[in-house]
Amino acid sequence: MGLRTPLYDIHVAAGAKLVPFGDWDMPLHYGSQVEEHHAVRQACGIFDVSHMLVVDLAGEGVRDYLRRLLVNDVAKLDGEPGRALYTCMCNAEGGVIDDLIVYRMRDDWYRMVVNSSRRETDTDWMRARLGEGFPGVELSERRDLALVAVQGPKADDVLLPLLGSGAEDVRTLKGFQAAVTATDLGELFIGKTGYTGEDGYEIALPAEAVEAFWSAVVDAGARPCGLGARDTLRLEAGLNLYGNDMDESTTPLEAGLGWTVAWEPADREFIGREALQEQRAEGPPRKLIGLVLEGKGVLRSHQEVVFPDSEARGEITSGTFSPTLEKGIAFARVPAEMATAGTECAVVVRSRELPARLVRYPFVKNGEPAYKT
Amino acid sequence: MDVRDDRLYTKSHEWVKKESDGTVSIGITDYAQDLLSDVVFVELPETGGTVSTGDEVAVAESVKAASDIYAPISGEIVAANEDLEDSPEKVNEEPFDGGWIFRMKPSDEGELDGLMGHEAYQEMCESEE
Repeated sequence: MGLRTPLYDIHVAAGAKLVPFGDWDMPLHYGSQVEEHHAVRQACGIFDVSHMLVVDLAGEGVRDYLRRLLVNDVAKLDGEPGRALYTCMCNAEGGVIDDLIVYRMRDDWYRMVVNSSRRETDTDWMRARLGEGFPGVELSERRDLALVAVQGPKADDVLLPLLGSGAEDVRTLKGFQAAVTATDLGELFIGKTGYTGEDGYEIALPAEAVEAFWSAVVDAGARPCGLGARDTLRLEAGLNLYGNDMDESTTPLEAGLGWTVAWEPADREFIGREALQEQRAEGPPRKLIGLVLEGKGVLRSHQEVVFPDSEARGEITSGTFSPTLEKGIAFARVPAEMATAGTECAVVVRSRELPARLVRYPFVKNGEPAYKT
Repeated sequence: MDVRDDRLYTKSHEWVKKESDGTVSIGITDYAQDLLSDVVFVELPETGGTVSTGDEVAVAESVKAASDIYAPISGEIVAANEDLEDSPEKVNEEPFDGGWIFRMKPSDEGELDGLMGHEAYQEMCESEE
């Protein structure tokens, strides 16, 4: 039996198909993954993501610590509190230890949300780095918090009327901004972020309050969605998944995440800088790019990508069937010289070569095809 | 779970129905489609080929997983359900009817005796749960 989130009983009662996901038993879907996907693209869905870990970092020197720890620069978050950014955390070789969102809540308090599968590796790494000159920073793993995402074009219509006097604070949030707000559903940490390509919120709240929150949002019209829909939504939106699209053997530059590396100011010595700078100067040998199957079919990770009249080989890192486009779509890691949108290729599926084309993702934006050849 | 009493079943969750013209039609069961959920693509066999019991003949793919469909008996593939090319969801919606996948001409009808009846199949599914 796996670990259970505080919403486990609610998932069972709702008829969820629960599957092992890392150490956890998580809902894959509640009947139809495809219908859940469409609900998020067209209206509003709610996801239990309590398997992910909230990590609070607080105390003197925390800003300097994070400027060393992360490849993106938390100095970008100075000013108005609550602002967030997406970043990789790399090792000295530039390999990606994890990708995460970090929020600056106060001068001396930052919060991050890290992947479930990496939580121990991450916190071990972060604690070890604290020992390198940051005695004033305290790290707390907030296992007392549950995490829920409410996503979709109707997320505001569903959620805000439930929040009472807290609604205005939430309505005025900008993208990648969070606030801690008292609402009719209790005190919420609520950020305007997500993993679906739609508008919406990610919310952390005390585990004992999450059942009531979930039920209220579902009663107001949000459709419960499982990790299956979460995966097809993030792929259509062109968002990476740790473990599939990058890991410690790939750098951000090889994973389509070069944009998360803040090279300036040049004197900021973040972990991995030297290795990444070297790779940037030489050009990464492999790159991540989108791929669309020309005919019918479903793409899966680890399938081989081949090119006409070339020995070059690539590999699908994440693949699926896009419910919005009704096509097989994927991220593929291919040799840098092949990584141009429009390039013809083929994917080897059950020993057959299915024609495909490399594209620039996202695949879907605002519910419409958005990829470029 | 729906199980029909007018056909035979395999351990790998195919159903096999004798047609009046001497061929048999084959699909996947309601139990199997529910496990797969949301079938989005069916790779159909080419007609005219000869296959042996247990050969991988077709593939039903959901968003999450691919599932092989095996020849329940030996014989010739005489038809494939081309409706599934545009409407693979029929495998979910009507697994025993419009969701049929292919049709075979058995090389030895005696092989059908090796398949399960509907009661035995139902028991097997219940024990899997």
